[in-house]
Amino acid sequence: MSNFFEKSDLSRSEAENIISDTLQKCDDGELYLENSKSESILLDDNKIKNSSYNSDLGFGFRAISDEVVAYSHSNEISKNSLKQSSENLKSTLKSVKGTYNHEIPKSNKKYYENINPIEQKSLNEKIKILNEVNNYLRSKDDSIKQVTANFLGEQKSVEIIRSGGETLTDVRPLIRFNVSVMLEKNGRKETGVYGVGGRQSYDSYLKDDNWKSVCDEALRIASVNLESKPAPAGEMKVVLGPGWPAILIHEAVGHGLEGDFNRKKTSAFHNLMGLKVASEGVTIVDDGTIDNRRGSLTIDDEGTPTEKTVLIENGILKNFMQDRLNARLMKTKSTGSGRRENYRHIVLPRMRNTMMLSGNQTQDEMIKAVDKGIFAVSFGGGQVDITSGKFVFNCTEAYEIVNGKIGSPIKGATLIGDGPSILKEVSMVGNDMMMDPGIGTCGKAGQGVPVGVAQPSILINKMTVGGTKL
Amino acid sequence: MVKDQEFLEKKASYCLGLAKKLGATDSSVIVNNSVSETVNFRNKKLDESNRSDDLGISITTYIGKKKSSISSSNLLDDNLNILIEKCVETTKNTPEDEFNSLPDKDLLAKEVKDLDLYDDTHIENDQKIDYLKKLESAASNDKKIVNTESSFTQNKSNFILANSEGFCAGYKTSSFTASSVTVAKDEKSMERDYEYSSKCFLKDLDDAGELGKQAADQTIRKLSPKKIGSEKIAIIFDKRIAKGILSTFASAISSSAISRGTSFLKDKVNQKIFSDTINVLDKPDILKGLGSRNFDSEGVKTDTLKLVDQGILKHYLIDTYNGKKLNLKSNGRCGGTSNLYFENGNISFKDLLNSKSKSLYITETIGHGSNIVTGDYSVGATGFLVENGEFKYPINEITIAGNFKDMFKNITLANDLEFKYSTNSPTMMIEGMVVAGK
Repeated sequence: MSNFFEKSDLSRSEAENIISDTLQKCDDGELYLENSKSESILLDDNKIKNSSYNSDLGFGFRAISDEVVAYSHSNEISKNSLKQSSENLKSTLKSVKGTYNHEIPKSNKKYYENINPIEQKSLNEKIKILNEVNNYLRSKDDSIKQVTANFLGEQKSVEIIRSGGETLTDVRPLIRFNVSVMLEKNGRKETGVYGVGGRQSYDSYLKDDNWKSVCDEALRIASVNLESKPAPAGEMKVVLGPGWPAILIHEAVGHGLEGDFNRKKTSAFHNLMGLKVASEGVTIVDDGTIDNRRGSLTIDDEGTPTEKTVLIENGILKNFMQDRLNARLMKTKSTGSGRRENYRHIVLPRMRNTMMLSGNQTQDEMIKAVDKGIFAVSFGGGQVDITSGKFVFNCTEAYEIVNGKIGSPIKGATLIGDGPSILKEVSMVGNDMMMDPGIGTCGKAGQGVPVGVAQPSILINKMTVGGTKL
Repeated sequence: MVKDQEFLEKKASYCLGLAKKLGATDSSVIVNNSVSETVNFRNKKLDESNRSDDLGISITTYIGKKKSSISSSNLLDDNLNILIEKCVETTKNTPEDEFNSLPDKDLLAKEVKDLDLYDDTHIENDQKIDYLKKLESAASNDKKIVNTESSFTQNKSNFILANSEGFCAGYKTSSFTASSVTVAKDEKSMERDYEYSSKCFLKDLDDAGELGKQAADQTIRKLSPKKIGSEKIAIIFDKRIAKGILSTFASAISSSAISRGTSFLKDKVNQKIFSDTINVLDKPDILKGLGSRNFDSEGVKTDTLKLVDQGILKHYLIDTYNGKKLNLKSNGRCGGTSNLYFENGNISFKDLLNSKSKSLYITETIGHGSNIVTGDYSVGATGFLVENGEFKYPINEITIAGNFKDMFKNITLANDLEFKYSTNSPTMMIEGMVVAGK
């Protein structure tokens, strides 16, 4: 755990006094301190292209009065700097008359270990694996023209000091290992990308040559794409595979169920609480409590322990995801969803691991039920316009379905749909729920945070496929 | 107050000195400080104030052909000591790469011209609030507008770039940015749109009332959209979307994509990739330009480049490392383009709208659908159906798709170029793309 006051002219008790003084008569607020260390080691074009290390230290001071948030951040943890921030907050919130809400739930549960993954494996060992990845892939297939592989490791220590001196801490490890290959055959180029990661040591994911399966998967996707035909254009049935394709859930309904958009009534879901928003059999949860997952958190960035929040239960909208600010204004409780990219940013209600739970049908039944449509197995990114509810995601591995059978692979295409109505078009839910491999980053208001998704195979009756073949 | 040159230079030279002492044969360092103050409004009331003071340092050390780098926001000397020691240690353990080096000395910028990028004016939060009040009052005039969010940011930055070849330069920049996001609602739909203005100088910023009104008008006209059928149709890209197509072109000619072989424009220099009428420029010395600069992120001087001349690709965007790999000299584009733009076409906006009996006018795209390896393009889109030069009705939940290789050859540009962003395009029409809808 970092001692943020060790090398500062500011003592902990002085900091506590400034915090309590600034936040009196505010409704909420805290000092958030963060120390993160991260590394990136990249192999590209047969060489170690980059080995870099980052150490980031800073604080963010927040004061909330009614709906107004005042925020100030700095890299210098010093008496002067904290006082300047305090003055800044006070000048924004000129006449405050609230009552500070001291209530914050407690929990002893931890969802990952206090480790520094960067230190657990030497630079030489990491370089050795990256070189092995390169050699393994290039010896496998002559048409491989480019291999990129990288390690990303991070340890983030956070401390939250609230008015009155209450202190909450967390140490969060996070790693990612990615492989990307480009194939070229008969003048045509295609890529395949795969990765794994989560809140454990590198070795938990890479032991026993596990990295080979990551390489094989990236190569398999690229090989499939090399044979792909132009994608169809227009509305049709879509079968989604299990796991990572759940970014559809993340984009289509996840963002629209975040507290801030619903308090402001700018989400297409804001007036649908308690109503049917999905087919029967569709249950969606957002869970921060799964051990070692990329989207899991012991406490959120306001100090609230995370939980498993039921968003949609058997088709009915049950809950939004809340941070403390939006929960108070909507007269409900925080779901432990208050997150920020780092100390430079304000807290927003965000997703953690968003999952559609299993039903009882098989993927086979779904494919057989489709005369003309597509089967989408893997995706790149997605995006949503939460106000109109329209969302997209980009296929990176997909096949056409003709008369109940999987046909040829099709080129990457964008799929577009309408968030509030898409889940009503789900006509089959599979029994094969799977988590994603641990690679997702969600962007909102310029802030990226690590998230997870999961789902079983599903059949959607109608979506628009953005191909070029009419 | 943003830190002065002297403070940043002192830090930079401390790092270069220490790196040398610890065994680095070469090194480079960037030190920067950026202070921003933002005020946000929502529904005519103060919503958020945000002050940020960001310090940053990044150091790259070389030992012969070995290289490694570190970065930090903690500029205290004892932290820098630990980090630079770690950096030199990591450098020793990183394999050699024959192309690693500082830029050639004769390519480094010799002079720093004053490009008029810094406005000393300080705008107090109360003045920002006055601006936002005026903006939001104009934005919420129409009853259909149900939510307004607006923001005003003042940013002042300063930086120093120094290397062990003796280069040491930097300068202050400023920006003033206002934006308005509005939500409109009718019985059938709810829609969102925005307007935005960003300038180096406060006095050049758009009028608050006009900005708010424009955001509201652009949102209201999107209400009650329809979905159309799938067909091949001419697409007209609003300027704010057309500039994205130019950005994709820039990524496809970056020397890193070219040297790695992962661009559909590899080996296309001196070949025709656009139609005859198309010229693309990257001009770094525009006074008050949002992308203006004296040198790139390695210190290499940047001259104006005519990247595309009458449809023919003339240059890649080259940095030192990838330049050496491609056997080409850096043209000062480490970190990308400066003020990149399509030159004006020779047809007015009105005539462009009129040039087809039926076309689609696109005002927003969503999704990350540009693949620079294959040139494939497929994104979600929102816009309007245009018939005989008239906007007929709004359209959404469609996708548009094509391949850049064909799209580039079918571009017609209007003559309405403005320098609103650092990358800019006139209104653009592309024929032969496929719309997927019903």
